[in-house]
Amino acid sequence: MAVLNVNGKSVQASADPRTPLLWVLRDTLGMTGTKYGCGIAQCGACTVHIDGVATRSCQVPLSATNGKKITTIEGLAQDGKLNKIQAAWLANDVPQCGYCQSGMIMAATALLAAKPNPTDADIDAAMTNVCRCGTYQQVREAIHAAAKA
Amino acid sequence: MTIQTSLGRRGFLASTTAAGAFSLGFSFPWASAQAAEVQELNAWVVIHPDDKVVIRIARSEMGQGTLTGLAQLVAEELECDWSKVTTEYPTPSENVRRNRVWKNYSTGGSRGIRESNQYVREGGAIAREMLIAAAAAEWKVPAAECKAADSKVTHSSGKSATYGQLAAAAAKLELPKEVKLKDPKDWKVAGKPLKRLDTLPKLTGQMTYGIDIKMPGMLTASVRACPVHGGKLKSFDAAKVEKMPGVKQVLSIDNNAVVVVADTYWNAKQALDKLPVEWDVGKLGEVQQDQITAMLKEGLGASEAFVGNKAGDARAAIDGAAKKVEAVYSFPWQHHVNMEPMNATARFTREKCEVWCGTQNGEAALAAAAEAAELPVAKCDVYKTILGTGFGRRGRADYVRQAVLVAKQMPGTPVKLIWSREEDMTHGTYHPTTMCKLTGGLDKDGNLVGLHVRISGQSILAALLPQNLQNGMDPAVFQGFANGGPEAAYGYTVPNLLVDHAMRNPHLTPGFWRGVNTNQNAVYMECFMDELAEAAGQDPLAFRMKMLKPKYAAVLKAATDKAGYGKPLPAGHFHGIAQIMGYGSYVAGVAEVSVSADGVLKVHKITAATDPGHVVNPAQIERQVAGSFVYGLSAALYGEITLKDGAVEQTNFDSYNVMRIDEMPKVETVLAPSGGFWGGVGEPTIAVAAPAVLNGIYKATGKRVRELPLMHQELKKGA
Repeated sequence: MAVLNVNGKSVQASADPRTPLLWVLRDTLGMTGTKYGCGIAQCGACTVHIDGVATRSCQVPLSATNGKKITTIEGLAQDGKLNKIQAAWLANDVPQCGYCQSGMIMAATALLAAKPNPTDADIDAAMTNVCRCGTYQQVREAIHAAAKA
Repeated sequence: MTIQTSLGRRGFLASTTAAGAFSLGFSFPWASAQAAEVQELNAWVVIHPDDKVVIRIARSEMGQGTLTGLAQLVAEELECDWSKVTTEYPTPSENVRRNRVWKNYSTGGSRGIRESNQYVREGGAIAREMLIAAAAAEWKVPAAECKAADSKVTHSSGKSATYGQLAAAAAKLELPKEVKLKDPKDWKVAGKPLKRLDTLPKLTGQMTYGIDIKMPGMLTASVRACPVHGGKLKSFDAAKVEKMPGVKQVLSIDNNAVVVVADTYWNAKQALDKLPVEWDVGKLGEVQQDQITAMLKEGLGASEAFVGNKAGDARAAIDGAAKKVEAVYSFPWQHHVNMEPMNATARFTREKCEVWCGTQNGEAALAAAAEAAELPVAKCDVYKTILGTGFGRRGRADYVRQAVLVAKQMPGTPVKLIWSREEDMTHGTYHPTTMCKLTGGLDKDGNLVGLHVRISGQSILAALLPQNLQNGMDPAVFQGFANGGPEAAYGYTVPNLLVDHAMRNPHLTPGFWRGVNTNQNAVYMECFMDELAEAAGQDPLAFRMKMLKPKYAAVLKAATDKAGYGKPLPAGHFHGIAQIMGYGSYVAGVAEVSVSADGVLKVHKITAATDPGHVVNPAQIERQVAGSFVYGLSAALYGEITLKDGAVEQTNFDSYNVMRIDEMPKVETVLAPSGGFWGGVGEPTIAVAAPAVLNGIYKATGKRVRELPLMHQELKKGA
């Protein structure tokens, strides 16, 4: 039985220590906001924060999460209030199907924490998540809007 | 799974959706609550006592925004307060039980709005008239003295009542037989850039996609089908993995796939990866990519071909022309790469089969479930979720069939079947592969007097819908080349024209892929049009304009005007243009590209114009246009599926790349609706991205790129 710190809460998870965090979150803890897209850290749909760093959870075994603070999409809004990125996403009507957006929002939140006023080049470098609907133009606009908010 | 509801005499039974949702521990954001007080006015409109309006949406939402657009059309006629609108999906089986009152569930071909606008608007208008009639009866005044607006009916005396107050009485009235629809120029809700209705749960992780379904006692299945399409399962050694952690059952389905069912997806996948399997692939296992290329090349010169469009005598006109131009293009197989891999959850008993999934065609999914379950349709149900994209792939119900076949071997246990990305990549229904030989004849003044377009290659209909072939011909192959019609007609007037198709069908399953055959047909025609213009010594725009029919010309003019075509560009930047008609809409694009000295392509901007007749939500159209270019350019840059030993070689994003934000051009959308018809939006513009970019590349480099994807092309100067 592993103990994880997810979204500020200590939770127990019974899974093989080699199980990727993605599947511990989804299947063991029932937190399905974090998405499966590729399983090889290419698409970014499974992005969470580990100690504040945007990380692809499909490549992090449960055993490597000991003592780390994990934040998922479910943990961004505080007391029902969306964070700056989520609020900008809402105002800019960013998502289409929405499936990649959990990862996209986690990546953008980490970017803004590291660089409060990111340039387009910063966005290009940090936002490597795949969106197949093609929301990239709105993603860029919303990140700039959140930086100004 | 039952909930007691009393919904008036046309009682809404699709509340099983809500019942299923609540009893299964997940909740659709739009699930209707307090059903006992809810009033169904007609199939499309449900009104709650607190004035909340539930609009029923039969088509599937997969990111294209049709849910919001259809709700706008209903709300416009209903005259309700938009802030009170929510939506829900009636189940496909409910549609069957109610004599298909919601008509077509199929969500493909950009048909969501263009094919249902009339009856959904009538649904809203009928409900409005019933609310007015209820108020008039209550007040004992003529209905003509009452008006509906903002979810209220008001009498000229000043009396007023809310829709919530009137709904119970209105629901008892007969449905009016005829209603008058508003002129689009009077629209207040439709036609406006409203935000989508379903955004918030996508920002917080609360949206339930098919892959997120949870149920008590549910198990998860991982599947591996024969890597060669059409191959069979020979044997597998279940004993080798049965004792692995979490494994509940190891089984086969349809004699072509093995499945491990376990407590979690990870445990199922781990065991499946270690499961020894032998396949029987026969001769198909010897098929290599160069054989496919040879097969298509042979078709380019074949004497027999299906004729899709013909005027005059193209061959004679070309033979007699002052100048002859010829080129051969080719287009590879491409994968959909839906963000959410294929999945479905099924629960089977001998009395009932239920499926939860994202599908582009709920009724096809229901039929597939019934067939796989060997139960009557009346004993089956499909509960639709939002799709983590569809792009045509989720119109096919093969994954639904698989989930039911697994659940059938474990009666009573809900089983969620998830394809790995590798399974998804290798078992797609791929954008068909074709080649095209174009031959044009110019007279001494540079006019196009004859054109022969020979397409050789794969037919989607032959593989998936053979009943739709016309004497063996696949009419869909000619999208964009059709001789008239409201769907995908050829835009140029050419006195002598022949467009024909030598059907060549390799074994890899083709399928509908956003834009379908307009993608390659636009590359073939629009790139060759630039080749012809050059041979004629004319500007590509002017050359096209001489031959384009009015609506095509207008939209191309709108795009080129906005882009500043012909005006100076930054040093090293070049414009390429393209146009087509698809899905009932006229579209054109201008790509601004540069190619660096070492051959690096950059697409700076695409300016796109679209004439879809009517505009239901301009903000969502802009998003669809920009999104279509991400999809189209991804394919143009990287999209290529190849065969080795009969099987697909690409397995995941590392071997099948897609565009990220750093390659995204700025997209500017020009809406040029000319009214009087309803065209689609999700697909039409995709087709102009690749040819506009390729035409720009030629101007930048002098290289005609006639094969995709671009990643294989050397664009360096002098190379």
